[in-house]
Amino acid sequence: MALVIFIILSVLCAGAVVAMIVSRNQAHSALFLVLAFSSLGGIFGLLDAPFAAAVQVLVYAGAIMVLFLFAIMMFNLRQPAPPERKRLRAVLGTGLALILFAQLLLAGRRALAGGSPGAAASGGDIAHLGRLLFSDYLYAFEITSLLILAALVGALALAGKREGE
Amino acid sequence: MIPPAAFLVLAALLFILGIVAFFVKKDLLTQFMAVEVMLNAGNLAFLALAKALGKADGQMVVLFVITVAAAEAVIGLAIIVLIFRQRKSIRTDDLKDLKG
Repeated sequence: MALVIFIILSVLCAGAVVAMIVSRNQAHSALFLVLAFSSLGGIFGLLDAPFAAAVQVLVYAGAIMVLFLFAIMMFNLRQPAPPERKRLRAVLGTGLALILFAQLLLAGRRALAGGSPGAAASGGDIAHLGRLLFSDYLYAFEITSLLILAALVGALALAGKREGE
Repeated sequence: MIPPAAFLVLAALLFILGIVAFFVKKDLLTQFMAVEVMLNAGNLAFLALAKALGKADGQMVVLFVITVAAAEAVIGLAIIVLIFRQRKSIRTDDLKDLKG
């Protein structure tokens, strides 16, 4: 079973990266990359790393790629989608929203039922990770916070620059 | 059970695809995305080895890599936005001023 999931996810991931290379539209490239990173998150889950999987989906597919999409929108290099496809988009959007709703319902029901043994095991794993983070990797952790602060200030300084200054 | 070698092969494939994308694509944004693909291939290798060796340290490295990648994406995109403001283009063919 795990092997089948691995094959599906790895084909999806590699295929999405190939599609990103082939695609000429930057926004499409970014969306293919979201697909690739999400399926990679699934592969991380197969590797008994549920926290890395969650971070991969939340931070990589969520935050970083949305940042890319914002940048692409700022460049405004392509025209918006033609109006005749609006109906298709509405249908697709409604379908995705329904799937998300069903997922949330299932997840909520399982959480209320007390959680599966697998969830308990992964909770212990995350506690171990947290202990490592604040013991062996404490200095690296603190330096990372400084790095993020530097990135924040640097991005503000760069983006706030006016032309010709 | 999936052998660890399968994950490492996938990581190598993703890394090579990232390199190919970096050299095939001609605009800064997509090249930057290719760098992200390579970072993720590295993460996958770290996690595969963390599981194969039964240690959690690989997972810690992945967390740090993701954090650094987020910081790097912010700075990189800010620089690309600056280049676009000055040149009105992010195609690498238009950025040939350093050519001798």
